[in-house]
Amino acid sequence: MRDRGVIYTGLLVFLGIITFPMWHDWAAGTTSRGPDPVLPAQEKQCVAPLSTMRTSHMQLLMDWRDGVVRRNVHTYTAFNGRNFNMSLTGTCLTGCHTNKADFCDRCHNYAGVAVYCWDCHVDPKLARRSAK
Amino acid sequence: MKISRKDFLRLSGLSLLAVVGKKAIGALAGKGAQSAAALPAVRVTTRWAMVIDPAKCLKEEGCTKCISACHKAHNVPTINDPRHEVKWIWKEPFENAFASQESAYTEAALQGKPVMVFCNHCDNPPCVRVCPTQATWKREDGIVMMDWHRCIGCRYCMAACPYGSRSFNWFDPRPYISELNPDYPTRTKGVVEKCTFCEERLAKGQAPLCVEACPEKALVFGNLADPKSEVRRLLDARFSIRRKPELGTHPEVFYLV
Repeated sequence: MRDRGVIYTGLLVFLGIITFPMWHDWAAGTTSRGPDPVLPAQEKQCVAPLSTMRTSHMQLLMDWRDGVVRRNVHTYTAFNGRNFNMSLTGTCLTGCHTNKADFCDRCHNYAGVAVYCWDCHVDPKLARRSAK
Repeated sequence: MKISRKDFLRLSGLSLLAVVGKKAIGALAGKGAQSAAALPAVRVTTRWAMVIDPAKCLKEEGCTKCISACHKAHNVPTINDPRHEVKWIWKEPFENAFASQESAYTEAALQGKPVMVFCNHCDNPPCVRVCPTQATWKREDGIVMMDWHRCIGCRYCMAACPYGSRSFNWFDPRPYISELNPDYPTRTKGVVEKCTFCEERLAKGQAPLCVEACPEKALVFGNLADPKSEVRRLLDARFSIRRKPELGTHPEVFYLV
């Protein structure tokens, strides 16, 4: 057993390398928590049921877009009979999700999704700040 | 019962004739009914148009109220470099706006005077014909609309438009917008833009912003398909010219002279 020192050193290095993700995350202070988007306080029900919004909000927004721009249709009747003006900034961001950074961005950043909506559509909060 | 060969042939010939005759009568009657039904279905009830009185417009010299109202509301960037500028509504010297009216003896009141110009929302828009993605199209109410989501920035429409009504975003326009209006999107780099007759306001039953902003009421907006409308009344009463009508684009912006 003259190689004991070499073997144990090698084992330690090996363990260190395979546990790298764990202690790297621990050192960086990241956690395994979800994105935790902040839900609007004043409104409990979105324009579609939660499950639909979770999986297909992008599809709904694209339908709204095509409706408003291409078909000149501006009103959306929700599943519960309520009517909404089809507008991302005018309805979604003004009526409920007033803090885009805490709602839209949190999930998109968590999922690593880069949306180009905001290249053109203006976050009302940003516009207010720039006007000051 | 026995039937002779001659009788058999005569009988089959007659029945064949009867079948063909019935089909022919049916086809003719059916076609007639179809075309009669298709004719009255196509009827335009709305055709938006603008009538401009340049004499009224010139009353207040240096006025830019319509331009600033439009450009502010629609997040149009202010870029001073003429190679990169973006404009929806602007002033053009009379001789340039109406090149086909060129004369060495233009009326003194109009010589070199600015005329408000913007998209003519042509009845036969050449920009629509060349757009490869249908990002620009003519709506049923005559507005030549744009879908900036679909524009790929090929600029065919800019080459096709004989009025220079379209502008291209050579770079991100946001740094050139002094005050963002959150109710209207900006455009992005690589997208063509132009006047849309304020279709977002028309949807709410409001007149275009330039019409509302003009202190002299020099711009009149209305429905050409309605014989009792203000625009029709003006066009019936006074002589009007349009920009480059000889090109066959049928511009729907009229200038009273």
